[in-house]
Amino acid sequence: MTAVAAGVATPRRSWRQRSQNTRTAYLFLLPALLVMAIITFYPLVFQIYISFTSFDLKNLRPGAPAAPFVGTENFFRILDNNIVIPNFDFIRVLTFNLFWAFTNVVIHVVIGVAIALVLNVNGLRFKRFWRAVYILPIAIPPIIVAAVWRNMFDPQFGAVNQAINGTIGVLFKLPPFTLDWLNEPNPILTAGPLVLPLAYFALLAANIWLGWPLNSVVATGALQSIPQDLYEAAEMDGAGYWQRLKTVTLPFLRPAMLPFAIYGFVVTFNLFTLSYFMSGGGPFGQTELLVTISYRLVQEQHLFGVAAAFAIFQFVILLVVTLITNKLGRATASFDA
Amino acid sequence: MTAPRVVLATNVKVKPISQARTGGGRRLKPANQILLQLACIAIAATVLFPIVWIVGMSLDPRNISRPDSLIPPGANLDAYARVIARPTLNPVSFIQLALNSLTLAVLISVLSVGLGVMAAYAFSRMKFRGREFMMLLILAVLMLPAVATVGSLYINLNRISFGNFRLGGSLLGVALAVTSTQLPFAIWNMKGYLDTIPKELEEAAVVDGATKFQTFVRVILPLSTPVLAVTALFGFIAGWTEFILAQVFVVGDPSQWTLAIALNALVGQYAGSTPWSTFAAFAVLFALPVMIVYLLLQRWIVSGLTVGGVKG
Repeated sequence: MTAVAAGVATPRRSWRQRSQNTRTAYLFLLPALLVMAIITFYPLVFQIYISFTSFDLKNLRPGAPAAPFVGTENFFRILDNNIVIPNFDFIRVLTFNLFWAFTNVVIHVVIGVAIALVLNVNGLRFKRFWRAVYILPIAIPPIIVAAVWRNMFDPQFGAVNQAINGTIGVLFKLPPFTLDWLNEPNPILTAGPLVLPLAYFALLAANIWLGWPLNSVVATGALQSIPQDLYEAAEMDGAGYWQRLKTVTLPFLRPAMLPFAIYGFVVTFNLFTLSYFMSGGGPFGQTELLVTISYRLVQEQHLFGVAAAFAIFQFVILLVVTLITNKLGRATASFDA
Repeated sequence: MTAPRVVLATNVKVKPISQARTGGGRRLKPANQILLQLACIAIAATVLFPIVWIVGMSLDPRNISRPDSLIPPGANLDAYARVIARPTLNPVSFIQLALNSLTLAVLISVLSVGLGVMAAYAFSRMKFRGREFMMLLILAVLMLPAVATVGSLYINLNRISFGNFRLGGSLLGVALAVTSTQLPFAIWNMKGYLDTIPKELEEAAVVDGATKFQTFVRVILPLSTPVLAVTALFGFIAGWTEFILAQVFVVGDPSQWTLAIALNALVGQYAGSTPWSTFAAFAVLFALPVMIVYLLLQRWIVSGLTVGGVKG
């Protein structure tokens, strides 16, 4: 990445010239830096400051006294699950959030690659048409996708229950099926801090619908850049379809899919809309994510100080996640250094 | 990392075409062709079902009663008429909501591309003191979800007011807050694309006596149209559909509501009985502009999106 820019400065120039380069560069950067200083960096610093105070609604009014300093109390309130939000359990929310992002990304990549492979089969008809149809979910704003899927899982009027009624229900003459997918109180699975309610699977279904098409687009791009000679050579060596897949296709897909999967992990980890609009974090806060808790602290509780401390936890967690995934990505990359 | 892939891409472009002409279709047995087509139809059905479902529901005259077929009997556009006249319980028309969303979208789009492209150019083409540090700083901000700084932004923008106008309670405030999260994305995305423009073009301009700024305007900007368009599109969509910041900042003033706030009022967790036909018509009208623009620009989107490291 840096090689491109480094090239500009070779051969080594005099100090005068270099400082002039720096001046030109900062002139180009000035507008963006000025705006970011005011609307990004200052709020971030301010965020750290109020995380040590008990800033809340009464400190918001103009001319209100400064919020009193409370030390690390906000941080310990979060760890002690003492932040007014009902059913909040920091470790459980964090575990669910990590599990949610991980399962989604794995499924998205597998389905996305599988469908890209189907659409890449030599001689398949209507390829362009199918690719155009499959891109549709990407074009719909996530906030609407979430609201639509909430309706799909409605116990009475939703498409899912009606489809079950219309097929299995009619066939076996069953009474109307009215399972409340998003509010079923008994979790399907409980393992230590990991609690998976039925709503998790409803959210997963919606996010799979939303997520695989973009992975498929990326995989298709990578597939089309694989030199055809490699396949011909493998075929001459007597390799069948699955062997060619293993020895030629998958190694070529990895450098494109891996960074994209890491990016997808961060996006899914912070995916506000599905949790908020589909399940509302329920049942009993079991499908809350860190982002929805963060939002509730500000919008519903007006606990700005606690929210700021919570955001710092969020930042540290994301930093650790990114460092780990980057390291994993580098360790498993076979080539493409 | 980028250069070899470009070469590969141009190489293959020739081959599959010649192969298809010499009978790529022959290589697939009819049985396999049918099997794969059936799979494609099944996938298309799952993709299309929610879309057809919501459009069908928006045409349903019975508003909430159980739809029993995808095109309901007596389908009409009543729900659309209701939505356009008065989508929520507040006396705001759909046009007003859409105009507010449009204002937000245009402001964010212009701010993030306009401010971002110059910074992206500096990061891509210049060597200067503090470059690495500032790139890391921007990347770190990119990782933070918008919601993480919403409280701090709200407090600070509320302190800025002129007479009755309070920045923290206005659409302009929302636009600034969203820009704070869109700008790092815009810078990184555009830098990734500018990295792929050959340096020789610029050097030729410099030999002809052009200054850095002239080179930027005359050479780089015209060549980066795809990424400018895509970054603007992402800014536009981010503004058009923004919920969290808009809800926190302007929910108290219905005349400044956006489409996303109204959607939340329609189906939000406290709205017990949702009028589903009204909701469906609203969702269709909300999504349609984005879908049309997206499909028109589809070709450019993959080449113009570089943030995921797709292009290295």
